[in-house]
Amino acid sequence: MTTIDLSTPETSTKAGPAKPKRRPLDWKAETERFALLGAWMLLIVIFGILMPDSFLSWRNFSTMFGSQAVLVVLTLALLVPLTSGDFDLSGASVLTMSSMLIAVLNVREGWPIAPVILVALASGAVIGAVNAVFVLYFRIHSLIVTLGIGTFVNGLILWISQSQTISGVSMDLVGWVIINRFLGIPLAFFYALILAGILWYVLEFTIPGRKLLFVGRGREVSRLNGIAVDRVRAVSFMVSGLISAFAGVLYAGMTGSADPLSGLSLLLPAFAAAFLGATTISPGRFNAFGAVIAVYFLVTGITGLTMLGADAYVQNLFYGGALVIAVALSQLVRNRQPQDFS
Amino acid sequence: MPASDMPAPDATTGKDVLRMSDIRMRFGSHYALDGVTLSIRRGEVFGLLGQNGSGKSTLIKVLAGFHQPEGGSEIVLWGETMPLPLDPMAIKKRGVAFVHQHLSLVPSLTVVENMRVTALGQKTPWRVSWKKEAARVGALFAEFGLTIDPFATVASLPPVERAFVAIVRAFDDLRASDAGYGGEGILVLDEPTPFLPAQDVERLFALIRSIVRTGASVVIVTHDIDEVRDITDRVAILRDGKLVAILDTQTTGRQAILDTIVGLRVDAFEKTRKTSVGAPAVIVRDLTDGRRPGFDVDIRPGETLGITGLIGSGFAAVPYMLYGARRGAGRIRIGGQEVDLARMTPQRAQSLGIAFLPGDRLGAAGIGSLPITDNITLPVLADHLSALGLGLDRRGMRQHAAALSTDYDVRPARPDLNLGALSGGNQQKVLLAKWLQTKPTLLMLDEPTQGVDFGARQQIFEALHRASEQGTAVLCASTDNEQLEQICDRIIVFARGRPVAELIGTDITRKSIAEACFHGETTAAEAAQ
Repeated sequence: MTTIDLSTPETSTKAGPAKPKRRPLDWKAETERFALLGAWMLLIVIFGILMPDSFLSWRNFSTMFGSQAVLVVLTLALLVPLTSGDFDLSGASVLTMSSMLIAVLNVREGWPIAPVILVALASGAVIGAVNAVFVLYFRIHSLIVTLGIGTFVNGLILWISQSQTISGVSMDLVGWVIINRFLGIPLAFFYALILAGILWYVLEFTIPGRKLLFVGRGREVSRLNGIAVDRVRAVSFMVSGLISAFAGVLYAGMTGSADPLSGLSLLLPAFAAAFLGATTISPGRFNAFGAVIAVYFLVTGITGLTMLGADAYVQNLFYGGALVIAVALSQLVRNRQPQDFS
Repeated sequence: MPASDMPAPDATTGKDVLRMSDIRMRFGSHYALDGVTLSIRRGEVFGLLGQNGSGKSTLIKVLAGFHQPEGGSEIVLWGETMPLPLDPMAIKKRGVAFVHQHLSLVPSLTVVENMRVTALGQKTPWRVSWKKEAARVGALFAEFGLTIDPFATVASLPPVERAFVAIVRAFDDLRASDAGYGGEGILVLDEPTPFLPAQDVERLFALIRSIVRTGASVVIVTHDIDEVRDITDRVAILRDGKLVAILDTQTTGRQAILDTIVGLRVDAFEKTRKTSVGAPAVIVRDLTDGRRPGFDVDIRPGETLGITGLIGSGFAAVPYMLYGARRGAGRIRIGGQEVDLARMTPQRAQSLGIAFLPGDRLGAAGIGSLPITDNITLPVLADHLSALGLGLDRRGMRQHAAALSTDYDVRPARPDLNLGALSGGNQQKVLLAKWLQTKPTLLMLDEPTQGVDFGARQQIFEALHRASEQGTAVLCASTDNEQLEQICDRIIVFARGRPVAELIGTDITRKSIAEACFHGETTAAEAAQ
């Protein structure tokens, strides 16, 4: 047991009431909080020096910000169950299912876009609910359930799309996602930022957010403190599905089409960004803005290297390498204490 | 073993397989072991007896190399002094094997896998023939007349056979040790019997006797005086970390042993006990875990009721059942509402004004990886919603946590620190503050001062006292007789899942509690037979 115990009755009276006074900045902690942000800036500076014209253009940045909004939203979706101590491996499948539903219903069936989007979002919540039933009722580990359900959904996607890419999604959607811009950046980026803001607020400043965190850190503690653990976890799976489906809506809007496979490759980068984001802003906790920074740190590195003429494989090298190296560095700062996310 | 030649331990050093001299072991400022000296002879069954917290288990853990004793402590095995700090592997290799209370078996694996987890009989680790291993394990069981299927999973065995597996495995380790080649060894059993019915205890003792016949020595830690008289040759009695006596069990009477365990002590601190009158704040009827007949309990407002008993006597489950954290049956009446306990949940219990502080501080009561603020504000989050009811006032929460930390003298009073960074005593102050701020009608505590240092302990008692002054009924489940004596107005003693004695007011002393525990267990056993 770590001992910081000085309690003898004599000193306790002398110490007087402890006022919540401002302590001097803890430099080590502050460095840890902003290290990833610093690394991102450093990357921008390096690539900026190497390619002042092409890399440092607003055009390049606005493309980066806009095109990766889908990955940001998917990462935010994964954060919710990660905070409550569960893995959702079906996130990318939900995303692809949602974008495919939009294409099929809007293009093939000719439905108007608004109800189609609602159906797509609902599909995510439903898949989340199915995950929750198997995890909570049958008491199966979330890794197993979401892996199975995700694979099952992948099959459904191929079935309803007949393994075809479907293009021609309503231009209204495409306009509101990628064509309309604010400050020169596609609106999708701002949707992702707003979502990150909402998630941050819910996790930090609401009672459901507190409950989510407690359930993730200690199920038995939460149960004995009167939190309805199963209900919290169920809601967390459904919210994860809903946000993943929203990522799918953006994904369909990005290209005006849906294909049955490409969205699935977003799963591992999203997990990488979630874990990387947990080393920054609020180190040791999955947090929304940390995840946003992590995504753009990864994307900046990949974009820069690609513009320098690197081959496609650099993408995986960077996603994987940066994750492990960054988390390892952050562990060094924390004196290699065992990581405790759950 | 004949007891006529029972001289001072030092004189028989030559024959002793184990000698522990002047063992001192300190936790904080408290000596858990204060200069214990004893020795074990070849081929004897040696008992270690004492109340909860008397130092029995600590002594065993020192012998296992689990706790490091202070300098000057000496452990001699077969004439060879073990160097400090103690090396658990060296002790094991020398020929001491342990079976701990929880047996250290993996329930989902088979008997043979569990038996071979420490040492495979084969020369190469790359080609395990499970058939041969099973045959070897089967032969070993047969030596002791046991018929346990080596391929059965441990979970499928009855409790007594699980104990057999753990004991035979430890015996097998002895044979492989240095001492084992001379047909010797020391087998240490830490409370192997509390959950076993009487006839299974007999079978277990038969196994122990046949192990002793091979030349090994057995040390058995237990609570049960009758078991000690049944199986051991000599028994060492510990009290408050000191060795009080080593008795020859064949010639010492039951009462003499009991008197030695309890001892006579002058009490330092006494609380003026309330003999509360008036209507009970909490009425419990027909409380049962479903296996035994139910019983009734009433608690008055401002009363501190202790429940205790030996480990395994069932008292510890009471707060969990009342809180809906463990399935129980019966009815509870509190604050004008009557609730069926079979349908109780922790949420419901809280809304009825019941608070519960479990004993496992970081496993069940609070989250070590989250700050004090987050932990302490959990039950009162609704009070910290901002004016519009939109979000939590984090600043207000921090200030609230800082104020509570000051009130309860949490050190350091830094609400941003993680709960796990505090000492046990300060963690407990935080967790107690968390519940007391809700002004519960009934506060239930499970071992509230386990691993808490002396100073913090007094502060916790004071906080409890203040709460009871304001009318909170307190239910404290504990095996710490000193604590029960200090804080309780009334004590109910349990044995075999039932209340067997009630102590009120001036009847409450450490001695009377301990006697009631041991006595209750015996009479309950007799009644069962």
